Amino acid sequence: MAASAENLGRQATAAPFAIELKGISKAFGPVQANKDINIAVPKGTIHGIIGENGAGKSTLMSILYGFYKADAGQIIVGGKPTSIPDSQSAIRAGIGMVFQHFKLVQNFTVLENIILGAEDGPMLNASLAKARKVLKSLADEYELDVDPDALIEDLSVGHQQRVEILKALYRQADILILDEPTGVLTPAEADHLFRILKGLRDQGKTIILITHKLREIMETTDNVSVMRRGTMVGTVKTAETSPVQLAELMVGRKVLLEVEKAEATPGKVVLKVEDLRVRDEHGVERLKGISFDIRAGEILGIAGVAGNGQTELLEVLGGMISAQGKVTLKEAPLPLSGAGSDGQSRREAGISHVPEDRHHHGLILDFSAWENVAFGYFNDPKYQKSALFMDNDALRADTAKKMQTFDVRPPIPTLAAKSFSGGNQQKIVVAREFEQDPDLLLVGQPTRGVDIGAIEFIHKQLIRLRDEGKAVLLVSVELDEILSLSDRIAVMFDGQITGFRDPKSTNERELGLLMAGITDTKGAA
Amino acid sequence: MDRLPRWADVALVPLVSLALAAIVSALVILAIGQDPVEAITVMVQGSILDARGWGYTLYYTTSFIFTGLAVTVAFHASMFNIGGEGQAQLGGLGVALACLFIPWPHWSLALIGASLGAALFGAVWAAIPAYLQAKRGSHIVITTMMFNYIAFSLLSYLLVDVLRPPGKSDPTTAFFPEATKIPALSDVPGLNLIFTKAVPANITLFVALFMAWVVWALLWRTRLGYQIRAFGKSEPAARYAGINPTKIILLSMILSGGLAGLMSINNVMGEAERLLANSASGAGFIGIAVALMGRNHPVGVVLAAFLFGFLFQGGAELGLWTKIPIEMRIVVQGLVILFTGALDMMVRMMLIRLFALTRRTEAA
Repeated sequence: MAASAENLGRQATAAPFAIELKGISKAFGPVQANKDINIAVPKGTIHGIIGENGAGKSTLMSILYGFYKADAGQIIVGGKPTSIPDSQSAIRAGIGMVFQHFKLVQNFTVLENIILGAEDGPMLNASLAKARKVLKSLADEYELDVDPDALIEDLSVGHQQRVEILKALYRQADILILDEPTGVLTPAEADHLFRILKGLRDQGKTIILITHKLREIMETTDNVSVMRRGTMVGTVKTAETSPVQLAELMVGRKVLLEVEKAEATPGKVVLKVEDLRVRDEHGVERLKGISFDIRAGEILGIAGVAGNGQTELLEVLGGMISAQGKVTLKEAPLPLSGAGSDGQSRREAGISHVPEDRHHHGLILDFSAWENVAFGYFNDPKYQKSALFMDNDALRADTAKKMQTFDVRPPIPTLAAKSFSGGNQQKIVVAREFEQDPDLLLVGQPTRGVDIGAIEFIHKQLIRLRDEGKAVLLVSVELDEILSLSDRIAVMFDGQITGFRDPKSTNERELGLLMAGITDTKGAA
Repeated sequence: MDRLPRWADVALVPLVSLALAAIVSALVILAIGQDPVEAITVMVQGSILDARGWGYTLYYTTSFIFTGLAVTVAFHASMFNIGGEGQAQLGGLGVALACLFIPWPHWSLALIGASLGAALFGAVWAAIPAYLQAKRGSHIVITTMMFNYIAFSLLSYLLVDVLRPPGKSDPTTAFFPEATKIPALSDVPGLNLIFTKAVPANITLFVALFMAWVVWALLWRTRLGYQIRAFGKSEPAARYAGINPTKIILLSMILSGGLAGLMSINNVMGEAERLLANSASGAGFIGIAVALMGRNHPVGVVLAAFLFGFLFQGGAELGLWTKIPIEMRIVVQGLVILFTGALDMMVRMMLIRLFALTRRTEAA
């Protein structure tokens, strides 16, 4: 310990900064993704980089990791100007990257993944033995324990992420870049991750944490740099700033972190669900008899750790999977299997659905924005030119209008969905579904991977729809979101509802217990 | 990742790929001790320098447009239909039955009837694997391939034991009645000024071009086409949108099989005028390469079909006039497929780097 501290001190005099970027610029055609970025990350610190989606964070990190070549500027690693033409050079310079979407081979073991691309020779046994030893010492040092012989596909998301970190450390990374690392983690897994990161920092590693979650920045970082529209708007010491100040820097204007809403005025029951049951293809019961109802002008929030049946609930109501039980919409029964239980019938019945996973369900990424605006609504009479042909011009015009209303940037209907940032992709989905004048709105993870400005906007729109008298079913793993938007909260655990709570008289602790399946919460409240 | 300008993407990449295929073909011809310059001269002369050559090239092109479109439609639903060969043979059966057993008063009516027969038989032959895929999960690539063999055996049986006219020994049907003969390009007023002698290319060419337009309109202008493309891009997303997977798999394969079957009005009705064994003679497989090279777009398919028509006719000329065996055309086709399909990314990356380089020098 003493030796490493001494070591750290020596290096600190030689190179106070682990990494420095000077005047980095990068343009993609007419879009200036990075404009004259200057940043200096002191060695042995956790440095946060925040910014809205599309602010240029990922581009900057891709330049640092050799995926893109900067048009101008200089990268200085450990005091030495360094050229990083590809990721191999980045690794040689001691830079490791943990991507948002893991780059692991699912049917390889942890060890095999770790040595992949870093084998010492054509025969694997020596490399595997060495990796096993290194892994053991890393696990002891940093709480980074994973079973080296487990297959990746059998590991939880949190453990897979640890494998990614171990991969970087095995390649002797001194600078670790993490891109939105908590997007896929449960709160407990996120806490564990931050403990690991702090441990690494204390051992002299430098961590760059890219996120748009202000809370993570405030809790873990030493310094934070804020990006907005391709420029670096400032670097501050975390201890000397506040979430409100950071949010304003990010968005460039004042932001409401709290949702403003009037008291709900619930009307008639719109959706009534009784004893809903779902079995998956392996015969496992995912929903074990769920009953609830939602009234017009009311938001029912479903809280719970991901994977406790919320997804299935949305998919049944959205017509994606079949189920048993009884569901009525405005007193008309909804078929739960067979004819009339598909997504088209649900839309015709007056249900709109913002799915949890916009990439796999909500959008066709290769389709243009206007084609995505028709997604699910291609039978809508207003998009038809004749019995045979669709009216693509009307559709493009409608898309342009929706893009303006929902502030989708850039407002180009012919651009492919995959070319938009995450927040703007979500706005396309939200615009499509919110504008259908539904009776019931299903909303899954509306702000997952979405930046603060867009979150504020989507929340306002949700409240607007509630005030117009729509019934809203909101599923989110973000407790803050559930607490601030819902008029009533149902907590799900293991395919069942463990309790209903009034958001005004409950708290995160009580909900947390319900989310863990503990229904006796009297002592906690 | 930097991108290519659109013109380079659609025109330059395939041209460079073709040039590479041509160079390697030339090397192969050199390696067997023949003269590549002579080879290319013979190929060009015999296929696009005189009316007779055009007559053959366009005849092959017509068949390849149909089979290329067939692969294209299925591909957009992410169904890889490699059963075009069998579907085309069954289409031939449909044509033969329509022409032999219905007394048509005029060729135009016969053309409509035979087209319906061809499309119907091809569609049914594709619908069975489609049903198996949609309902039983049997992989479409395996089943359509097996159905090629079944089609071949079925046709052999029918031609030998059922449809063969009494007293003949060839396994073929009787010749179709005179009234079912559709005009060759040399019979069309105006075109007969160019095609002064009889050529195999016939008015089916115009049917093929029309079908290319139909496929384009279907895929990019109709609800069904929208659903086919959406399903092909993402099946889970299609489920979210309420697109019925069974319906899309069946319809896209029925359309695909129908298009493959339609090629038979070109070769069976327009040229042979009777049904021969192995009538499709490989066009179904070439359709895969045509769709691949045509980027699964009808315009691309028409252009690629013409290229393969040229290679097919030019290759036949090679066998006829030089010491180069006719099998060389398979080598050339293989190289074209290799370079335009499998090695497409290699050429693309090369050009991207080249473009980035020129841009940098311009900027400097």
